[in-house]
Amino acid sequence: MSAVTYREALRRALDDALRRDGRVFLMGEDVGRYGGCYAVSLGLLEEFGPERIRDTPLSESGFVGAGIGAALGGMRPIVEIMTVNFSLLALDQIVNNAATLLYMSGGQFNVPVVIRMTTGAGRQLGAQHSHSLEGWYTHIPGIRVLAPATLEDARGMLWPALCDPDPVLIFEHGSLYNVEGELADDAGEVDIEGAAVRRAGHDVTIVSYGGMLRVALAAAEALAGDGVDAEVVDLRSLRPLDTETLVASAVRTHRAVVVDEGWRTGSLSAEVAARITEEAFYDLDAPVGRVCTAEVPMPYAKHLEDEATPQVRDVLEAVHAMGA
Amino acid sequence: MTDTVAVPSGASTPDPAHGLHLLREMVRIRRFEERCVELYSDMRIRGFLHLGIGEEACAVGVMEALEERDSVVATYREHGHALARGMSMRSAMAELEGKVEGCSRGRGGSMHLFDKASRFFGGNAIVGGGLPLAVGLALADKMQRRDHVTACIFGDGAVAEGEFHESMNLAALWHLPVLFCCENNLYAMGTALERSESETDLALKAASYRVPSWDVDGMDVVAVEEAARHAAEAVRSGGGPHFLELRTYRFRAHSMYDPDRYRDKAEIEGWRHRDPIDHLRDRLAAAGVLAEGELERIEAEVEAEIDDAVAFADAGTLEPVEDLERFVVSERADAETAG
Repeated sequence: MSAVTYREALRRALDDALRRDGRVFLMGEDVGRYGGCYAVSLGLLEEFGPERIRDTPLSESGFVGAGIGAALGGMRPIVEIMTVNFSLLALDQIVNNAATLLYMSGGQFNVPVVIRMTTGAGRQLGAQHSHSLEGWYTHIPGIRVLAPATLEDARGMLWPALCDPDPVLIFEHGSLYNVEGELADDAGEVDIEGAAVRRAGHDVTIVSYGGMLRVALAAAEALAGDGVDAEVVDLRSLRPLDTETLVASAVRTHRAVVVDEGWRTGSLSAEVAARITEEAFYDLDAPVGRVCTAEVPMPYAKHLEDEATPQVRDVLEAVHAMGA
Repeated sequence: MTDTVAVPSGASTPDPAHGLHLLREMVRIRRFEERCVELYSDMRIRGFLHLGIGEEACAVGVMEALEERDSVVATYREHGHALARGMSMRSAMAELEGKVEGCSRGRGGSMHLFDKASRFFGGNAIVGGGLPLAVGLALADKMQRRDHVTACIFGDGAVAEGEFHESMNLAALWHLPVLFCCENNLYAMGTALERSESETDLALKAASYRVPSWDVDGMDVVAVEEAARHAAEAVRSGGGPHFLELRTYRFRAHSMYDPDRYRDKAEIEGWRHRDPIDHLRDRLAAAGVLAEGELERIEAEVEAEIDDAVAFADAGTLEPVEDLERFVVSERADAETAG
């Protein structure tokens, strides 16, 4: 075991993938000479050279599309987009090409591309760098959506994502890059199919993912002090959803609250709540609760940003409101 | 012309056998699409149907210049490109009729013809959407040290899209083996080029990215083929991306839904006098290449091929509805890439 940051865990995953498969390359804005907007790829240019650590112009649609094309042509591209808000400039390529080519071609052309991007608030970056739009992407059939919340997942999700014959989006919450913890020196690939129970409990299920997992776990600790034994489920895979794990947990605890940094309306939290309601309704003692970001573009001022995003106290309030 | 590269004039006459081949290919596409109109009226083909009648020289000329190992990314007006590239007429017609025997199992339709065997990466119906894909295919070829060319076909409308500019820049910056072929038929659906572009010289636009570019008479299949061969050879031998502006015209409306209110009848008539099939026919006849009855023989053979394709499509089957969700994600056994 050694102490590493989430950023370092991601870097190790990139390094490992680039060593393991000559078809793998990294492409994106400032991934090379700059070292990555969030320094995830720092040092990789020196190690792997400019052909495999490829700086791109600010052309999100162009280079994401090029990643899709390169995947069609037999490569295993990892495309980095600085932040989810910028990915909107590449939506055409992701939604109209990556997600559809296999189906439209009757199964002839699969697209083994991995697209990584930063998501989420908490760093006072305002309304064009802080949103949590991963829920939008979960609406799209044909792509897999992952959200590593732990060091193990940051280290281990990339390789299986590259082995997936279809497009995979990986969302890295911006507040996690500096989080430090212990990671086994031989940590490697992890499963990318299922949700994980991060804390077992009997009284209520708190469902979260990505940057909100820490909030959910902190809330569970606080609840324990109040005599409420909370179970925390980390979705890990946002599409497809591991409904089985969600429902099994809700059936056990009889209460569920979803903590999602996305907005409430038309959100991933709505989908999770609906699935639990559809399949565990008669086992529930209360309606499924939701803690989401306030329906505002993300403000800059810290007190407003904190007010807008789900905090531990909001989770506690939601849990207590359902009688737990 | 906007580059110093010597550009073929298109004035030469092809050798007899090749000339007849070009004529036959254009006739195949023309008659295929005319049959499509009948089938559309007969409700056997539905959805959007975009015909390239009048533009056959572009499809045939460019595809002639490519090798089997090359890749093609086309637009939604791509029947001609798919057929000229080698997709069987049966496969294309079955697709238009929505049958599982179609090239895309009936999931694509007219705008999304795909064919792995001929490295035909679609039918892309988002204007400009195919250009980044072509750049990526070329990047894969370059990184894998393959001397392949990716031909990317798009219309003048795509030039207004950001993806055009991003793709031209990336391809030039990374010196990628892409042959960009812009079929300039003067209209982006109903909007004339001069109503949508501040600079209507499209070759000049491409040249601003330091991409060797020139314009070609897109109604002359010999000129298109010569220019495309010349450009493809340059691309293949490491010359980086090249751009051809193929000046052409569609004789029919944008799609079957289009009442064609935005074009002057005289303008259409004027272009019809430059019909690429008539043009080559007359040229071959003048050169003594087109023997008496030769065109009739070609027409008869093409008609038989179309009849066979329609019969094949009619006899085709519908994919079982149980398979609706197949190919949303890969079936692992199918999961290698075309590269």
